[in-house]
Amino acid sequence: MKYENQKTGYEKTLILFVISLAITFMALGLNVAKTPSISKIPTKIIKDSLASVTAFKKVYRVLMSPRCMNCHPAGDIPLQGDDSHLHTMSPKRGSEGKGLYAMKCANCHQPGNSPGLHTPPGNPNWHLPPANMKMIFQGRSPDQLARQIVDKKQNGHKNLQQLIEHADDGLVLSAWNPGEGRTKPPLSHSEFKRAWIEWLNKGGYAPKKL
Amino acid sequence: MISLTVNQKTYQLDVDPEMPLLWALREVIGLTGTKFGCGVAQCGACVVHLNGEAIRSCVTKCDRANHQNITTIEGLSMDNSHPLQLAWNEENVPQCGYCHSGQIMSAAVLLRENPNPTDRDIDDAMAGNICRCGTYPRIRKAIHLAAKLNGGKGNEK
Repeated sequence: MKYENQKTGYEKTLILFVISLAITFMALGLNVAKTPSISKIPTKIIKDSLASVTAFKKVYRVLMSPRCMNCHPAGDIPLQGDDSHLHTMSPKRGSEGKGLYAMKCANCHQPGNSPGLHTPPGNPNWHLPPANMKMIFQGRSPDQLARQIVDKKQNGHKNLQQLIEHADDGLVLSAWNPGEGRTKPPLSHSEFKRAWIEWLNKGGYAPKKL
Repeated sequence: MISLTVNQKTYQLDVDPEMPLLWALREVIGLTGTKFGCGVAQCGACVVHLNGEAIRSCVTKCDRANHQNITTIEGLSMDNSHPLQLAWNEENVPQCGYCHSGQIMSAAVLLRENPNPTDRDIDDAMAGNICRCGTYPRIRKAIHLAAKLNGGKGNEK
């Protein structure tokens, strides 16, 4: 009988433990839902908000440089030049981000850079983000841009692994081969990639709102 | 060796693959309807169709056009009967005429993809074709007329 009572005690403890574990998981689950996509992926994430935000500040400088931002405009006309003016001829984004009618990106932008000043820079995949996911950089604060990039509903449905791989995308790399007369981003590609991965792997935190 | 199919005829050209397509068309093949304007893809005088798209032949290397289909103004129709050519005549669009091969080739892509374009559609399609004579109002009018002549049907690529 004593043994029976003891057994019941163990069972009670076990039930309490399971309930508390379930509550913990539910709480964690709610927390995860607030931070979309990135924290669901069991990759190399070691959360460190301070290091993550410090890395993102470097990333932000690159993303807001003309070589990146010019093709992530707030409107439907790409930007152009180191002063990020509206693209001459006013080509429009189009539904797929590849332009419209006789004004498609690839009509002027060749698979590689055209030689000479004021000639079109080139890439086989030259385009803007599509109309249904514009991935705007222009005008975004560090806080807004960081949140946007880790949100699958706004980043082209990319998970953490795909975001990390995106640092080596051909069109991203072309920022460091901009053609004659255009400045490169403020960090080298390897410095950018290191900061990008550091930011994401340390939790993809957004800087505080200014 | 570069192989270009221009206006449905195939040419084997012993040219540098880096040569601009415009040079090959004008200087090697002898089709001079396409014009050299700015040489840096800014004016649209050199527009031809590469597999149906209105590319700028002054910055397009022969290498990109190798084994591809090209249509120049000379091949838009065999007898100048394309609705755009008829409309251009009807509205007396050109003044000096230099840019109009490119204008018509760009407009042809617009009408193929949008058989009944609005003024805004025309702006979106034609803003990259510059006319120093300022014939823009007549270009717009002629594109609307060509759309009517074509009965609102897009053409095949």
